[in-house]
Amino acid sequence: MQRYPLWKGALLAAMLLVAILLALPNFYGESPALQLSRRDRAVFDAAAVTEFEVLLRGAPIPFEKTYLDDEGRLWIRFGGVADQLKARDLIQGRYEGQFAIATTFASRAPDWLKNLGLEPMSLGLDLRGGIYMVYEVDVQGAVAQLLQRLERDIRKVLRDARVPYEEVTVAGMDTQVQLRDPAQADAAMRALRDYDSSLTITPGTESGELLVQLTQDQVKQRQDFAIQQNMTALSNRVNALGVAEPVVRRQGLNRIAVQLPGIQDASEVVRVLGKVATLEFRLVDTVNSPLEAQRTGRAPLGARLYKERNGNPVLLKRDVIATGEQLIDASFAPSQGEPAVSVKLDSRGGDEMLRTTRENLGRPMAVVFIEKEREQVERDGQKVVIDRSKEEVISIATIRGVFSNNFQITGLSAAEGSELAKLLRAGALAAPVYIVEQRLIGPSTGQDNIDAGVLALTVAAIFLFAFMILYYRVFGLIADIVLISNVIFIVAVLGLFDAALTLPGIAGIVLTVGTAVDANILIYERIREELGVGNSPWAAINAGFDRAFSAIADSNVTMLMSGIVLFLFGSGPVRGFAVTLCIGIATSMFTALIGSRALIHLAYGRRRRIERLAI
Amino acid sequence: MEFFRKVPTIRFMELRRYWYVLSAVVVLGSIALVMFRGLNLTVDFTGGVEMEVGFAQPVDLERARAVLKEAGLEEFQVQNFGTASDLLVRLPPVERGASQALADRVLGALRSLDMGAELRRTEAVGPQVSEELAEQAALAVLMTLLLILVYIALRFRWRFGVGSIVATMHDPIVATGAIALLGIPFDLNVVAALLTILGYSVNDTVVIFDRMRERFLTMRKTEPAQVMNRAINETMSRTIITSGTALSSVIFLAVLGGDTLRGFAVALAIGIVVGSYSSIYVAGAIALDLGASGRDFMPPEKRAEADALP
Repeated sequence: MQRYPLWKGALLAAMLLVAILLALPNFYGESPALQLSRRDRAVFDAAAVTEFEVLLRGAPIPFEKTYLDDEGRLWIRFGGVADQLKARDLIQGRYEGQFAIATTFASRAPDWLKNLGLEPMSLGLDLRGGIYMVYEVDVQGAVAQLLQRLERDIRKVLRDARVPYEEVTVAGMDTQVQLRDPAQADAAMRALRDYDSSLTITPGTESGELLVQLTQDQVKQRQDFAIQQNMTALSNRVNALGVAEPVVRRQGLNRIAVQLPGIQDASEVVRVLGKVATLEFRLVDTVNSPLEAQRTGRAPLGARLYKERNGNPVLLKRDVIATGEQLIDASFAPSQGEPAVSVKLDSRGGDEMLRTTRENLGRPMAVVFIEKEREQVERDGQKVVIDRSKEEVISIATIRGVFSNNFQITGLSAAEGSELAKLLRAGALAAPVYIVEQRLIGPSTGQDNIDAGVLALTVAAIFLFAFMILYYRVFGLIADIVLISNVIFIVAVLGLFDAALTLPGIAGIVLTVGTAVDANILIYERIREELGVGNSPWAAINAGFDRAFSAIADSNVTMLMSGIVLFLFGSGPVRGFAVTLCIGIATSMFTALIGSRALIHLAYGRRRRIERLAI
Repeated sequence: MEFFRKVPTIRFMELRRYWYVLSAVVVLGSIALVMFRGLNLTVDFTGGVEMEVGFAQPVDLERARAVLKEAGLEEFQVQNFGTASDLLVRLPPVERGASQALADRVLGALRSLDMGAELRRTEAVGPQVSEELAEQAALAVLMTLLLILVYIALRFRWRFGVGSIVATMHDPIVATGAIALLGIPFDLNVVAALLTILGYSVNDTVVIFDRMRERFLTMRKTEPAQVMNRAINETMSRTIITSGTALSSVIFLAVLGGDTLRGFAVALAIGIVVGSYSSIYVAGAIALDLGASGRDFMPPEKRAEADALP
């Protein structure tokens, strides 16, 4: 009789129980669902839920369940995609534009699992369908824009300082200034230093020539700015698409990856994400009534009617003080303990701002955020490009002092401040972006992929289980139990890591199931050999485990190395394969060495003597 | 049930010269295939646009080509994918930002054949991205090889080390040759399969070498070739079962797992078979011909003592 420490067995059982619990939500599967969020960002209440239920019942469109999530969004779960789409069209028709409606999937797991915070694994795009795009920000283009602006500003600074020049040209990363009078080089340098003290200014090879250079920091800052700006712009527009669980992520130095599950219309996505944003600084018309203008639909002379983000009408003066093209930077930086957004304009914008603020102290100034959408349509058989724009007032602040190209906007909450800074940056002169990679998977293709993957996994597993029982009998059964718990562990750990399951990921699980038996086989073959040499059953079992250990550990190391490299270099779905492979190797070693030994003890440990092992 | 009631007594090592010739022919053939026939590279590595479109009924390839030509498209390839009612269209890389317009044109043209044509999948990869993906894939293969070399160097003495390194190179080369021969689309998944083959191949070699080490220590008086035969025979049933179970899994994957995974699964299947073979006839045989003996597994201190005391 052999004793197996009780605590070890209990620990194993507990671990398996936890793993089963973690993996459980995946077995309930997911159903098509609609996720509704209100455009005004308010939360839904119980009354709204009832309203939608009544609407759907009246149609009638069958649905499984409605509920609110933590962020106050309304979810409606359906039995099939057809019902889901019918309901979407119905809601869209009834409440035009009030809600962002995303088609998505919702877990069918019972509430008690959801209350424990247990959710099924998220599925990769190849399994649920959707669009993946990689945008490349043209950082060189962004720096070129900065140089152009510098060139313009240098001309202006020199003109203002009354230093005549022959020429200001950009050559590579340098800006060359040729002065008319070499004696004025010092005056020119002083003026330029006043304009921007961080510039590097050196005398050129010819007399009266100056070379102006941006510092490394300035170049890098401009590049980061360009990427940040596009990230913000893309995130905002992705939200407008109404996608559940969108991902906008920086990738490498100058790329942005956008992942949109469940979306199918690529042209629409490209159009919406490809909008161009800009800004306008304007004075507020405080004399006339915006409500009156809204009622009559006519703005008074010299003013235009706009809307604030909360929908309130506001009248702004027609003259533009500065535009997004003149905005160099905007950042959220609390000053004297108060949230503030500091804004930096170029010198042209600064001049205009100086003139305006001097004359309008104490009056309110507004910032308008404009998004232009360029669309090609066919009209009378000809392709016409139309620009459509959406304008929105994002900030109204009182002018509290005279300022030019550097100023601060205060009087906001921290959240408002950082949002405003983001929008201002998004509206600054845009660095060009291009789509460099685009992948689309249709929804039915995603479902086909899941079905095929699951079928392959099931058939492979059944075949393997049958073979193991046939070949090793009781020990084969033990190996099968170990394999099943291995898959449960893989699924549980994948969930813990919040890793998305991809089609190659499923392949990784299938492959792990195929190779995980190797550890068991190594042990069992060893036990058979030991029995063959005439060892007693227990001696054979112990020797089998001990002697096979080095081979098992060794052989798994190399597979693990491949897996890790794949994880480091792979992208997207391939990475999913690497993750399942690595997790599978770790869990299969654990289950084969520890789990199967415990089970053997459970099967044979109580007997005083074993005549024969069923192996 | 048992495949071998008794440990088999196949004399593997005696036949190794023939297998060397076979290995050399297959490796050279594979290299020639990759060089002259080339790999069926997908947009992952060539850049361009690839679209999979599903129709309600089987489509005539000639008609599909005709409508695409009518739409003003050039340099496209059209073929069936999976079934006769699925089309795969490949187009060369386009200038930045123009891929969506191109995809729309292709779909528009194909919809003139059948209004119900459904876009199953689009992959548009810019030339720079595809270059980087190819670079990354090559780097990943090199990194894995390097790691495995370091591992082998730490794990084995040089004779066994050289044997397993050659086997480790042998397997992905043969697998790549087979991929070129079968015209399997070479995408990122297939690269993942090649890396897995690298890992699997060494795994298999390690198990057999592990047994050789044990036998060299217990059968000190026996000829090295005999010891190796014995070790290989003893691990034979494990080799058959493990490669058999792994093989059955990937074959199920190839048959049932859908078109996306087929290339990946077939590459793995080839790798598993070649990996099992090479552990014996490449890794083991080379170690033997380099003069492997029990000394290769003795702890180094003891050998130093033996050298000092004549």
